[in-house]
Amino acid sequence: MSNKILEVQDLTIDIPTPSGTLHAVQSVSIHVDRGETLCIVGESGCGKSLTSLAIMDLLPRKAVRKATRLELAGESVFDIGERRMSDIRGDRMSMIFQEPMTSLNPAYTIGDQLTEALRRHKKVSRREARDRAVFLLEKVGITAAASRLGQYPHQLSGGLRQRVMIAMALMCGPDLIIADEPTTALDVTIQAQILHLLAELQREFNMGLILITHDLGVVARIADRVAVMYAGQIVETGTAKQIFKNPAHPYTRGLLACIPIPGQTARGAHLGAIPGIVPSLVGRMPGCHFASRCSEVRDNCTTAPIPQFEGAEPGRSVRCLLADEATGREPAREGAA
Amino acid sequence: MTDVIKTPVGGQGGSILSSGLDGVLEPSPGSLLRKRIFGHAGLMIGGGVLLIIFLMAILAPVISPGDPYDQDLSRKLIPPVWHESEKATWEHPLGTDLLGRDYMSRLFYGARISLLIGFAAMLISGVIGTTLGVLAGYFGGKVDMVVNFIITTRLSMPVVLVALAIVSLVGSSLTVVIWVLGLLIWDRFAVVMRSATQQVRGLDFVAAAQSLGCSTRRIILSEIMPNIANQLIVIATIEMAHAILLEAALSFLGLGVQPPDPGWGLMIAEAKGMIFFDAWLITIPGVALFALVLSINLVGDGMRDVTAPENRN
Amino acid sequence: MNEVVLDARDISRSFMISQGFMRAKRPLHAVNGVNLKLHRGEVLALVGESGCGKTTLAKMLLGLLPPSAGTLELDGQPLASLSHLEVARIVQPIFQDPYSSLNPRKSIGSIITLPLQVQGDKDPASWRQRAEEIMELVGLPRRVYNNFPSQLSGGQRQRVAIARALINRPRVVICDEPTSALDVSVQSQILNLLQDLRQELGLTYLMISHNLAVVEHMATRIAVMYLGRIVEEGEAESVYNSPRHPYTEALLGSVLTPDPSLGVPDTHLGAAYPNPLDMPSGCSFHPRCTKMLPQCAQQAPSPIPTESGHVECSLYEENKGKMRITS
Repeated sequence: MSNKILEVQDLTIDIPTPSGTLHAVQSVSIHVDRGETLCIVGESGCGKSLTSLAIMDLLPRKAVRKATRLELAGESVFDIGERRMSDIRGDRMSMIFQEPMTSLNPAYTIGDQLTEALRRHKKVSRREARDRAVFLLEKVGITAAASRLGQYPHQLSGGLRQRVMIAMALMCGPDLIIADEPTTALDVTIQAQILHLLAELQREFNMGLILITHDLGVVARIADRVAVMYAGQIVETGTAKQIFKNPAHPYTRGLLACIPIPGQTARGAHLGAIPGIVPSLVGRMPGCHFASRCSEVRDNCTTAPIPQFEGAEPGRSVRCLLADEATGREPAREGAA
Repeated sequence: MTDVIKTPVGGQGGSILSSGLDGVLEPSPGSLLRKRIFGHAGLMIGGGVLLIIFLMAILAPVISPGDPYDQDLSRKLIPPVWHESEKATWEHPLGTDLLGRDYMSRLFYGARISLLIGFAAMLISGVIGTTLGVLAGYFGGKVDMVVNFIITTRLSMPVVLVALAIVSLVGSSLTVVIWVLGLLIWDRFAVVMRSATQQVRGLDFVAAAQSLGCSTRRIILSEIMPNIANQLIVIATIEMAHAILLEAALSFLGLGVQPPDPGWGLMIAEAKGMIFFDAWLITIPGVALFALVLSINLVGDGMRDVTAPENRN
Repeated sequence: MNEVVLDARDISRSFMISQGFMRAKRPLHAVNGVNLKLHRGEVLALVGESGCGKTTLAKMLLGLLPPSAGTLELDGQPLASLSHLEVARIVQPIFQDPYSSLNPRKSIGSIITLPLQVQGDKDPASWRQRAEEIMELVGLPRRVYNNFPSQLSGGQRQRVAIARALINRPRVVICDEPTSALDVSVQSQILNLLQDLRQELGLTYLMISHNLAVVEHMATRIAVMYLGRIVEEGEAESVYNSPRHPYTEALLGSVLTPDPSLGVPDTHLGAAYPNPLDMPSGCSFHPRCTKMLPQCAQQAPSPIPTESGHVECSLYEENKGKMRITS
């Protein structure tokens, strides 16, 4: 029995647009183990949110999803029909969104919304559901939990709402939680609290956690493993330590140079920058997606697709020809992460 | 390893930016709009029909087969040419009415009246409603309260009854009908413009204009108005169709356009006695009215689709 | 260097908030007795959580909102005596979201030259040239002059917003979260640009931000705001290296530097941000404070001078800036 909670292989998302097919996500392969945190990091438009929606089968209707494998705890959850998928969603995997105000229904009380998911998936009495809700609200650090059940979302602050969302995601005891920018809309102090809470709960309930974010600080602090996405592809994977101490892909290195680090970057000095802009993903692009912005670009970067090269250490891979030369290894199976 | 990337690119990265810009430069909003307009079937069909009716109205003196006011009782109730009756003649392609007037000419001249009333009433109500709505939306607070009260007062008046009452009091004429309708149907303009203004007012470019020292007048006219113009156009078309239908209703009740002027509503009213004998007398102006209102609404709907915010879809 | 370009003395602003139908309105003290001096050439960062009043303060400094109490001076003249156009020549804003700060119906050229138009510039023939000069300065290619905002990327739009703010060469620029709506790689370009422009044009920045890593990088002075008051202010170096107010400490503690060997910090801040309509008694921070003293719940602290600024915390009351208890 493998320890893998989620395994995704060669996930591809195409979105038809008037000007051609948008290849939003291109053969992304990820896996998450029980008790592990995988961070998917990238800038806007890199396909990280679509990837998470594709795993939950919540993509917009016109998007076309393909994958050679999409397994939750060893069982395929690819194209199993909306009925069975909705049994799994909220029960065995749940999602936490960025904006807690819009993901809670303003017309129902916190208690109704918390117990609804549980009573939908499990045969429990109203009373048991309520007890579980109170238990989890206390777990996520909400005081006077029992009295909060009767409140409506607008009566809570942003931080409290996000805590409620986390409690809701935990109601059925899921194997996997996908959190899409869970702290971006929150203040810094609240952000730290929420992340602290997520990390603690994940350890306690031994779940898999996929955290999607653009914030490298969050990634460094919470991730076990990291997948860096750029223009629809995973360009680099590795443990948090590998990625931050020894970034291999020029894009990862560029990103790290862009952020000021208190105590390390000289105050007022120029920060690094990645020139140019993200290429359009409409139509096929030969070669490396980052080539147009890369300072180390070579002739053969733009001719053929760049495979994902397995690094020297296990779990490490880089989609870059330079890294290949550095390690001298054979290319791994396309996109294995 | 990292030194290559850390090379500062500097703030004045014009060349770098321009190299990236070439590939993805979006088409200008104007050309996008043109493309969407010509790709919108409803808008094209509605626009086509509207254009035909418009040409009918403008060219009425040229293309009419006869004089719309010329009565000839000896030639009354000639049916249109597609009718089996042997009386049908190409001299009167759509036949003649009860008084022997050429029906096609009356239809063409009637288009002038419908369009004139629709357009003028829409203009009057548009000015009133937009002014009230934009002021309420921009200033909020007390101004908003007062405008809201005025809108509520207006909404509590039944349009047709009030129009009937006024027209029967002051007497009917084209000018009176236009003013009465214009003064009565501005409510939708006010409501929509108010909420549209509220939305735009909250955007940062309005705050930016304020901190540049722009006058309120300038902010409303050159920052806010261009951004609510698309919604204004949509409401304007709806209200124009609304005014045309109201005018037809008033004319049908005998309080709109007065005989012998050839309004479409009046033509229907004059023919209502003949509905079981000469149905075409009602069908022809009825279909014309239907086509006009439908085409205006199609244009309005189409405008809403093509001018929707740039990033929708 | 020591010339004061902007001086806020004890300014406050409250709003009357409706509590619902048929209920009395209550005052919300968004800004409550703030003192702020902006010296020429410095970068003062104003940090604090949402709802602390920093946006209201910025609006007052821009002359968009009159203070309900206190006085504001720009360039040594009381702000109340200046016309809108005069204020606009001295102080200009840069907003957070470049997607909403540019009028989508106007071309880039007319957006950038709007300040010249509004100021009644005598020489319209030179506008295009002046716009192109400033565009070059902020790193915009000239040919976008006739384009529309929807045709530009987020970073380019922010450059347009900067060009508009700078074309009349103001002395103070108020940057309200200038990079938080942008991607990481674009953010660094804009920060670099702001640094270059400050040196080149001798600008003074008031930077409002919640990103403390950015603040640390840019600021020469830091003012920390909590519930309408500036609770700590001083040289960036000293605030960063030895924060005095427990709130500043918590804020700095929650900065997530990209260091994988550290975990997620626990700020111990506990309860959420208080409702500004229902301010805590005494020190407004006491319900969340880990170093609370018995008197904090009753007695509001007064400003205590430190070597480079001030702090408002009862911990330092007795021996003037030194911590009373070390724990």
